[in-house]
Parts: sequence; C-alpha cells; structure tokens
Amino acid sequence: MSNRNGEGVLSKGDFGEVRLEGVTKVYEKADQSQRVLDECTFSVERGKLTVLMGPSGCGKTVLINLVAGYERPTSGRILIDESPVDGPGSDRLVVFQETALFPWMTVYSNVIFGCQVQGVSRGETKERAGHILKKVGLYEFRDKYPSQLSGGMQRRAELARAMINDPKIMILDEPFRGLDAMTRQLMQEFYVGLFEEIGRTNLFVTHEIDEAIFLADRVVILTFQPGKVKAEIEIDLPRPREFHMLASPRFMEIREQVIDLLYEEASKAFAAGSKAAYDLMGAIVARKGACEKCE
Amino acid sequence: MEMIQELRLKREFKKVFNIRVLRGFLSIVMFVVLWQLVVFIKVPYLENLPYPKDVAAGAADAAGSRTYWFGWGISLIRIFVGFIMAQLIGIPLGLAMGISRTFKDFTFPVFEMLRPIPPIAWIPLAILFWPTRELSIYFLVFIGAFFIIVINVIQGVSNISVSLKWAASSLGARPKHIFWRILVPGSLPSIITGMTVGMGVTWNVLIAAEMIAGQGGLGRMTWEAYTNNNIPFIVVGMVSIGVAGYLCSTLVRWLGEKAMPWKKRF
Repeated sequence: MSNRNGEGVLSKGDFGEVRLEGVTKVYEKADQSQRVLDECTFSVERGKLTVLMGPSGCGKTVLINLVAGYERPTSGRILIDESPVDGPGSDRLVVFQETALFPWMTVYSNVIFGCQVQGVSRGETKERAGHILKKVGLYEFRDKYPSQLSGGMQRRAELARAMINDPKIMILDEPFRGLDAMTRQLMQEFYVGLFEEIGRTNLFVTHEIDEAIFLADRVVILTFQPGKVKAEIEIDLPRPREFHMLASPRFMEIREQVIDLLYEEASKAFAAGSKAAYDLMGAIVARKGACEKCE
Repeated sequence: MEMIQELRLKREFKKVFNIRVLRGFLSIVMFVVLWQLVVFIKVPYLENLPYPKDVAAGAADAAGSRTYWFGWGISLIRIFVGFIMAQLIGIPLGLAMGISRTFKDFTFPVFEMLRPIPPIAWIPLAILFWPTRELSIYFLVFIGAFFIIVINVIQGVSNISVSLKWAASSLGARPKHIFWRILVPGSLPSIITGMTVGMGVTWNVLIAAEMIAGQGGLGRMTWEAYTNNNIPFIVVGMVSIGVAGYLCSTLVRWLGEKAMPWKKRF
C-alpha cells in the first residue's frame, strides 16, 4: 500500500472507484455506423493505478471521454462509487494528450483555476497552490506562461492543476506523448512517485508497453476495432517502482506476456492501415531485444 | 545583474543601429533623390509634381496652421467614434454567434448577405438615412470595421480547442467561468486581428466619405487642396493620412500586446 500524505494538504484521501458495465459506443455517421467500444466491462479499483492499453484506434480516448462524462455510452453503464456518470464533474479530472493548459493564464493562475471556480477561500487556495507547485518543482516558474515552459514542465503544471482539486479519480490520456525519451522517462518516474505518495485512483491510458508495466497495478488491454476488453493483467512488481526494474526478469516476463496479447491486435491495426503500424514495429523490435537478453 | 543590464543595452543599441536600419534609411533618401530627379528632368505626365522642398514647405505651413490640426482632430474623432461603436456592437455579436448555434442560424445569413458590400457602397444610403453628415460618416466608419470584427470573433471562438473547454468544465467551471475565462481570452487574438484589419479599412472608408460628403477632416482637406490646385498641399494631405493611419494601427497593435501578455516570449 502507498503511504498517504500526512498533513492532508495534497489529498484528503477520499478516492473513488470506477466500474464499467457493458459499455458500448456506436457512432452513427450518415448511413453507416461504427462500433467503437463493444461491451467493455472492467473496474478501476480504489487507490490503484489502472493502465488502459491497446493499439491506436481501439477507442481508448473514447472510453476516457465516456468516463469523464464528455460523451455518453450508447448502452451500458459507468458507475463511480455506485452512482452513474452524468456529465463532467470535478470528482474526475482529465489530463489530456496534448497540453490543455490555458495559454492566457500564468502557471499559477492555471493551477488555482479549479479552486477559484469552485469558490475555495483565498487563503486555502494559496496554501494548496504553493504546496503543490513546490511538489511538482514549478514554484519558481509560477509567473510564467505555459508557452514559456518546456514540454515536461507543461505536463507537470497540468498534473498540479489536476491534483489541486483533490479529485476522487484522475484520468490521464497519454499524458507524456510527444515528450522526448529522456523527459518522458523522468516524467514517468516523477508521476509514479506522486502516485505512490498519494495513492489516488488513477486511470492511465498509453500505448507504450514499458510505460504501462512500469506504472501500473493492473493493465487492461483492449482489442482493435471494436474495443473489447481482451485481458486484464495484475502487475506484481514491488512498489516503490524504480527504473532499474525495467531490466528485471519479472518485468521482462510480464512484458513478453503483454506483447503476446497486444501482437494480434496490433497486427489487425497494421492491416487496417492505422498509424498503429508504428506501434507494431516498435513492439516487434522490443520483443527481439527482450529475447536476446533472455538467452 | 549589472552585466545583464549592460548586455541588454547593447542588444537594444544593436536593434536601433544596425546595417538593416541603415539600408532602410538609405532607401528613403534614394526615394527622395529619385523624386527630385523626376521633377527636375520633367518626366512626361509627371511634370505637375512639386519638388520635395515645395512639399516640405507646404508641410511646414500646415504644421503652423490651426485648420490643419483641426483636420487631424476631426478625422481622428470620426475614426474612433465609428471604430469603437463597431467593437462595442461587433464583439458581443460575434461572441453570441460563435457560442450559440441557434443565434447564428438566425443572424448569419443576413450578415453574410450584407458583408460583401464594400463599405464605400454604403455612402449614398448613409447620407440619405442619417440626419446629419457627421452621423453618416460615423456610420460609414462603423460599417468599415463592423463586419470584419464580427467575422473574426466568430472565427476566434470556433478556433478555441474543445479540450480547453473540457479541461475547464472538468475542473468545475460553470458556463459563466467558461465564457469569461476561456472563450473571451481565447478569442482575443482573433479580436485583435479583426481590430487591426478593421482599423486599416476604416481609414479607407473615412477618406472616401470625407471627400464625398464631409466637412473638415484630412480627406476633405486633401480634396480642397485639389480644387484649389495646391499640389504640394495634396501631397501633404496624403502623407498626413498615411501617418494618421499608421499611428492608429500602432495603437491597436500596442493594445493587443498589452491585452495578451502570454503572446510575448520570455
């Protein structure tokens, strides 16, 4: 288990649980309909980090939008602590693929936005903002605008903006996409550290195998078009996670398993001509590398 | 600290005095020399052109006369009344059309029907319609800026990424927060673009309106110089209009920079 933040500044420790029951999403376009998600059933456990994986085009982002409440499922239910999702709410926070920081606000204004619109008192807002900005290492940069920050800093600012609201559930949609390899690794380490400290319920979407295994308590793999739950894998690597684990035998074992599961889906995506082709090539190369190390 | 300041000074100095500025200065000098030459050798069709020094003398005369500065004042007032009215009405209208599809469906077709009409084509109707000449000029200037600002605001609102709105609502923002803190600042770049373009157009419209219908103002002054066959003063009028237009555009740009500090890097 993760140790909770003692002072309760970062979190009151009131986390939620998400349950998807037979969630199906069909898009009707003119005379054709596309089934994006098909009977998805799984849960995002309380205080755990669940990673959702699948080739590009398997409906990960759609699933996120449903859980966030931006869109509604065609059939099935999404429950948060047993109550059905009905539109967006501040109990769930989404960190988007591309940065969704407000470009016209300084880092500080971005971070306190949630507090302001929810009418949190000035004193408390200031205290929480100061604490959280120090936590993500952006206190010195609080008066900068997002465009003046590096990619990694922008993501950290976004994490801070999300965390200040102390959401019951945090949803992250490929938040480290587009960062260079080194920054990405540092961000993963930073993020997993934050998670282990606070222990919030997290739903994290990625198509990077290493990232998924390194972060997750559990990996949920979706199939390619339509997205169905193909497998759920418990990741039993010990916490706190550290980077040398990426080379541990257990990690390799899990990785092989995940690649096998993903391989078929990625092939389908490849055949369908999506940009998942790139992911597939990546997976094959990684698999070869992994096998050589095993031998 | 001091060293940084010194470096900054040096940089500023280089910005002002460098080879490109020098070339720019030379280009102006060459233009004046060429002008002098054209008049001196009496190039066909251009023999009525005054010498640069005549224009300079005309400018000196003008600078000393009250009517000249009155002309500036009258034109500037007309510009600002019409322009500001266009913003006051156009920006909210554009925001409403950008936000509400229903409202846009009801208003946009008429708007698109009137928009292609060049502002100058409104002159006869404006003169007939408004009780005083002054009001009709305000109206024409208004038309010059109005359609441009509205179309830009609509564009601006629709350009705001949906993920920003989602992010805001996920952080607990209600519609009023989304309007004031996302949609308004998010469309500001387009508003400023619309204002900059609109300012250019309003000067075109104003001068035409003044020449046809106005009393006083820079456009009228230039026209009167023509009827009095005072060619140096025509040129003075033209240059004055150019300078006035430039100053107004600079003002709008400056306002834009002040209003959008996030656009500036470092």
